[in-house]
Amino acid sequence: MSAPSVNTGANRVAGKGRLSPAKTVSFTFDGKSYNAMEGDTLASALLANGIHLVGRSFKYHRPRGILGAGPEEPNALMGISRDKARFQPNVRATCQEVFDGMDAKSQNRFPSLEFDVGAVNDGLGRFFPAGFYYKTFMWPQSAWDKLYEPIIRRAAGLGDSPTEADPDHYANRFAHCEVLVVGGGAAGLTAAKAAAASGKRVIIADENPIMGGSLLSDSVVKLNGKTGSDWAASIVSELEAMDNVTVLPRTTAFGYYNHNMVTLAERVTEHMANPDPELPRERMWQVRAEKVILATGAIERHLVFPDNDRPGIMMASAAGTFLNQYGVTPGANVAVYTSCDSAWQVAFDLKEAGVNIPAIIDQRDAIDDALLARAAELGITVKKAHAVTKTRGRLRVKEITIEPVNGVSSEAIPVDCLLMSGGWTPSVHLFSQSRGRVKFDEDSGTFLPDIYTEDCVSVGCCNGTMDMEAALAEALTAAKEAVGGRARKAPKVENASSMNGFKIGSSKGAGPEDFTKAFVDFQNDVTAKDIRLAVREGFQSIEHVKRYTTNGMASDQGKMSNMHGLAIAAEMLDKPIPEVGLTTFRSPYTPVTFGTLVEHNKGELFDVTRRTPMYDWAAKHGAAFEDVGNWKRAWYFPKAGEDMHAAVNRECVATRKAAGIFDASTLGKIEVVGPDAVKFMNMMYTNPWDKLAVGRCRYGIMCREDGFVYDDGVVARMAEDRFHVTTTTGGAPRVLNMMEDYLQTEFPEWKVWLTSTSEQWAVIAVQGPKAREIIEPLVEGIDLSNEAMPHMSVREGKIFGIPTRLMKVSFTGEAGFEINVPADFGQSVWEAIWERGEPMGLTPYGTEAMHVMRAEKGFIIVGQDTDGTVTPQDAAVGWAIGKKKADFVGIKGLQRPDLIGKGRKELVGLKTIDPKIVLEEGAQIVDNPNHPIPMPMIGHVTSSYWSEVLGHSIAMALVVDGHSRMGETLHVPMPDSVIKVEICSPIFYDPKGERTNG
Amino acid sequence: MANALRIQPLEDRVYGNNGVILQPLEACERISLRAEDKAIAGLGKAIGLALPKKPGTSSEKNGIIAMWIGPDEWFVTAPEGTGLEAKIDKVKTGLYSAVSINHRNTGLTISGKNAVNALNSGCPRDLSLTVFPVGACSRTMIAKAEVILYRTDEQEFRVECWRSFSDYVWKYLMDAARSA
Repeated sequence: MSAPSVNTGANRVAGKGRLSPAKTVSFTFDGKSYNAMEGDTLASALLANGIHLVGRSFKYHRPRGILGAGPEEPNALMGISRDKARFQPNVRATCQEVFDGMDAKSQNRFPSLEFDVGAVNDGLGRFFPAGFYYKTFMWPQSAWDKLYEPIIRRAAGLGDSPTEADPDHYANRFAHCEVLVVGGGAAGLTAAKAAAASGKRVIIADENPIMGGSLLSDSVVKLNGKTGSDWAASIVSELEAMDNVTVLPRTTAFGYYNHNMVTLAERVTEHMANPDPELPRERMWQVRAEKVILATGAIERHLVFPDNDRPGIMMASAAGTFLNQYGVTPGANVAVYTSCDSAWQVAFDLKEAGVNIPAIIDQRDAIDDALLARAAELGITVKKAHAVTKTRGRLRVKEITIEPVNGVSSEAIPVDCLLMSGGWTPSVHLFSQSRGRVKFDEDSGTFLPDIYTEDCVSVGCCNGTMDMEAALAEALTAAKEAVGGRARKAPKVENASSMNGFKIGSSKGAGPEDFTKAFVDFQNDVTAKDIRLAVREGFQSIEHVKRYTTNGMASDQGKMSNMHGLAIAAEMLDKPIPEVGLTTFRSPYTPVTFGTLVEHNKGELFDVTRRTPMYDWAAKHGAAFEDVGNWKRAWYFPKAGEDMHAAVNRECVATRKAAGIFDASTLGKIEVVGPDAVKFMNMMYTNPWDKLAVGRCRYGIMCREDGFVYDDGVVARMAEDRFHVTTTTGGAPRVLNMMEDYLQTEFPEWKVWLTSTSEQWAVIAVQGPKAREIIEPLVEGIDLSNEAMPHMSVREGKIFGIPTRLMKVSFTGEAGFEINVPADFGQSVWEAIWERGEPMGLTPYGTEAMHVMRAEKGFIIVGQDTDGTVTPQDAAVGWAIGKKKADFVGIKGLQRPDLIGKGRKELVGLKTIDPKIVLEEGAQIVDNPNHPIPMPMIGHVTSSYWSEVLGHSIAMALVVDGHSRMGETLHVPMPDSVIKVEICSPIFYDPKGERTNG
Repeated sequence: MANALRIQPLEDRVYGNNGVILQPLEACERISLRAEDKAIAGLGKAIGLALPKKPGTSSEKNGIIAMWIGPDEWFVTAPEGTGLEAKIDKVKTGLYSAVSINHRNTGLTISGKNAVNALNSGCPRDLSLTVFPVGACSRTMIAKAEVILYRTDEQEFRVECWRSFSDYVWKYLMDAARSA
C-alpha cells in the first residue's frame, strides 16, 4: 500500500533533491495552510507552492521575493511562531526549517503583502534619498522627542517584538579543542577529517542542518567517485563516529574574539515540531581553539541593474540549491543573467529538469567554450555581452528587457523568474572579526585574507581558492600544520564547476547617468543612486558612506552588498578600490537570539543571591528584606499592622531601652596574619596600630592614594601577628583586592598573608542596656564585666558551646556585643540568644533601624555620607589619622593644598527648625534661598531620618566649611517650600558616649 | 549547655538528572594555608602529606587533601576530627598563615557521565582528562561564582565555594545538568 500522496507544491521535480515525499508537514503562511516536505526550508516550501512574494522592503515597501537560499537572504524575513509565547521576528525563511504546525508571517506590510499602504513611499522615492532622516528631522530640536523619534521608531526596524515572556530555556557550553573548523563544505570536511585522524580534539560547525555546503547543490561534481552529497554524508558519519570529534550542524559561528575564542549558536530544537521541553532551544558554545580553520565559503553577489528587486528575481546559486537539494524549481520560464560561469550550470540543471530557459544573458564577451557547447547541446539561447536593463511585473517579474552591453538595441523576453550572478564574495566576516587584515585582489575582484592576528587559517572559497581541487589541498595543508603528522591524500575531484568571472559595481542601466532604482542593499533599501549621492554630498570614507546610506548595516552586515557599494563609491571618488577600503565586519555574523546570549543567566540565575546563616530565622519572623549588593539583608521586622516607620521606631526604642539583636554577618572580614601584620595595617589604614594591645579593637579608616576615604571598619587584634579586620558589606571584595594589590606589587617582601573570612563568621550584634545580661549565661570562659572587658575589646571563648570571637563594640551607641561564631552555627546561637532575650525585651532590628541608630550617633556610612571625594577630616573622623605616622596609603594625597585648604565640604549634623520635617536625602543646601537662580549650592543632605528616641528629625550633610558654621541657619529648597535647618554636631544622641559602657 | 545545631547551607539537598548527580559534602575541616618555602616541608610533615608544589596539583593521604591554589597558597581539607589547626600550630620552622575556613566554604560533589558538560556550562576551564586529570585542582569560576574545582574521579568532581554562593552554584548546575 502506498502512502497517501500529499501535495507539497506544484513546483516539485520528482526525483530531485534529498527530501522524501513520504514525509510531509504542514504550516501556515500569512494565515493560509500549505504542505511541505520534512527538511524543507520555509523558502523552499514557499517556492514549491509558487510563492515568491514574501515581504515588503524596509524603506520603500517594495514587494520582495526570496533572493537567496542561505544566511545572506535580505528579503525573506519572517515572524515565526510555534505558539503564542514562542514568536521570533526577522527569521530568514531560507534558514528556517519547516516544522509541522509552524506559523509564518510576512513583515513590514499593512494590511497585506499584496496591498501595502506603505508602498506609497516607493512612488515618493525621490523624497527619500540617502541621509533622508538626517536631513529631514534636523530641527526644530524640540520636535525630536515628541514627533520625529516616535515616527522614525515606528517606520524603522523590521518585525515585531514578542509580547510574552520566553518559556524556553537556553544553554551554554565552554569547549576547548585543538582544531575548530568553521564551515562544513568540501574544504571544511576535508580539513576536519584530516585533523581528526591525529586523535586531537576537533569541533566542526556548520550553520546548515546538513553538512556539505555547495556540494549538496552540485549536480555534477564527483569526489572519490561519489556525488557531492554522498561524499559529504560519508565524511560526516566518519567524523560522528570519532570520540575526539564534535560535529555541530545547525550551528553558526557568529563571533570571533581574542585568543581564538569563537562563539557558536547551536539551534537545538528550532526545526522540531514537538521538541522535548527538557531540551534547550538553543545552545551557545564558547570555543577556545588552538587553531581555527575558517572554511566559511563564499556568497554569491547579485547584479546591480534597474528594478533588480522584483519577486521572482533571485540568485542563480539559490535556484541551484532549491532544485538540487529540495527538488523545487523557481519558475517555468527562467532566464539567467550572469557575469560568472557558475550560473551556467544552474541553467543546465533547470533545463534538464524540464524548465524553459529563454536565455542565458552574460555580460562577458569571452565565454568558456565548454559552457557554450553545453548550452548549444541543450538548445539554450546565449546572449553574450548583453545586460538586463529593465524588468517588469509588480508582484512577480514577468518580463525583462535586454540590451547589448555596448549597444542600444533592445529586446523584451517574457519570464516568470530571473536568476542572476555577479560572481562570488569570499566570506571573510569571521576573519575580519578576528582583526585580520584583508587585501584586494584585482584579478578576482575580491578582498582576501592577508595578515592574520589570531592563530587561524582560511581555506577554500573564503580564501579566494575557488577551484575545488586546490581548495581541498589547502584544507589538507591547514590540517597538517595544525596537528602535525603525515600528509593526507586529497579526494579525487571530477566535474567541479568553474566559478570564474565576476562583476562588482553597477551594471548597464544603473550607471551614473541613470535615475533608476538599482538595488545594492536589499535589506536596507540602498540603491546605486544613494551611494553616488552620498559621495556627491562629500562623504569620502567608506565607513561614512556606509552609515549615511545604511549600506551593509544591521543584521545584513553587507553579505551581498558590500562589494557593490564599495565599487560604486570608488568609481565616484575616482579612486582604486583598495584606497577606498572595506568596512569592518561586526559580530554577530547572523542575528543571535537574546535567549542564546543570556543562556542560563535568567530568573533565579540572573545573579547570585547571597543569604546569611540567619536568613531563615528572619524570614520566619516576618522580616522585610532589602538588597545590599548581592545580599538579602533583613530591613525591618514589621509586626501586624505596622508600616516600615512604625517598625523602625519600635526597633530603635526597644534597642535603646532594653536590647536589640541584629544580623551583621554580611560585614566583610579579612584575617591579616604574619610577623609584618602590624606594619601592613599601619600602611593600609590611616590609624596607628603599633600600640593596639592584643584583645583590643579600634575603628580604622582606609584611604586611597588620593586621600579620600575608601572604607572603614572595626579591627580587632587577636594576637601580635594576627588581626581580625572588618570592612563594610559592600567594600569587602574591593578592600581585599586593594590590600592584595599593595601587598603583591609594593610590599612583596613583607611577611603577611590575607585571607577572606567574611563568610567564616556569622555575626550576631546584641546591643542595648540589657545586652550583657542577656548573653552572659550563654558565654563560657569570658568575663563580660566592664572592668574585664571594656568597650572596644575582643575575647575568645564559647557561647552556647560554640567557639566565639566576642567583641564588645557598638554601632548603635549602646553598650553591646558583636558575637562572631562559625557560620553554620549562626542560626542556632542566634536562636539560643533569642530564647533567653525575648522575655527580657530583646527585639530583632533590621538595617533601617541600624542606620537610624548609627546616625543618631553621627557614625558615618562609607558610600552614603562619603562619595569618594571626602577626606577623613571632611568626614569628621580626622582623629583616626595617626599624626606621627611616616607613611600610609593616602598620606601624600592628604597633603594636597586643595584637600587641606578652606572651602571643603565637611560633614555636619542638621536639625530642621520644624522638628517634624524629615529632609530628603540628596537635597541641596543653600545659604540664601532668595538668591536669583542659579543659586549657589553649598552642600547636600547625606543621611536623614526620623529619630523616635529623640522626638525630632536628624540629618547629616556635607556643607562647605561646615565645621566652622556650627549654629548657622541654612536652607533646603524643595519644590513646594524652603526648609530651614540649623547646623549642629552630627552626634545627636549621648554626645559624651557614656552609654557604651553599659 | 545545650548542643548548638550545625546547619550547612546545602543540607538535605540531592539532585540527579540527565547523567548528572549533585550531592552536598559532609562537614569537614578546611584551612587556607599560606607559607614561605622554608615552612613547606615542616607543614607537610605536620599535616601528614607532602604539600604539592606544581600548580594545579594536589596530594591526598588518609582523606586529607592539600590542593595547590597559588604560588604560596594551599587549600587543605580533612575529615572532621583530624585536628588540622592544632597540627599546623605546632610547626615552628618558617613563616606561614593558617586560617580556618571550614564554615566559609561549603562543598558539593558533581558526578555522572555528563558531569563535565554540566560544569562546562559555567566553567570556562578545559576539563578534559589530559588537561585536568584526576587529582587536578583549580580556583576557577562557575558562571558568577568563584569555586575551587577538584577532580576526584574521571566523572566526579568536588566543588568548593563560599557558603552564600552555594545555593546559586547548586541551582546553576541543576539548570546546566538539564542541558548537558
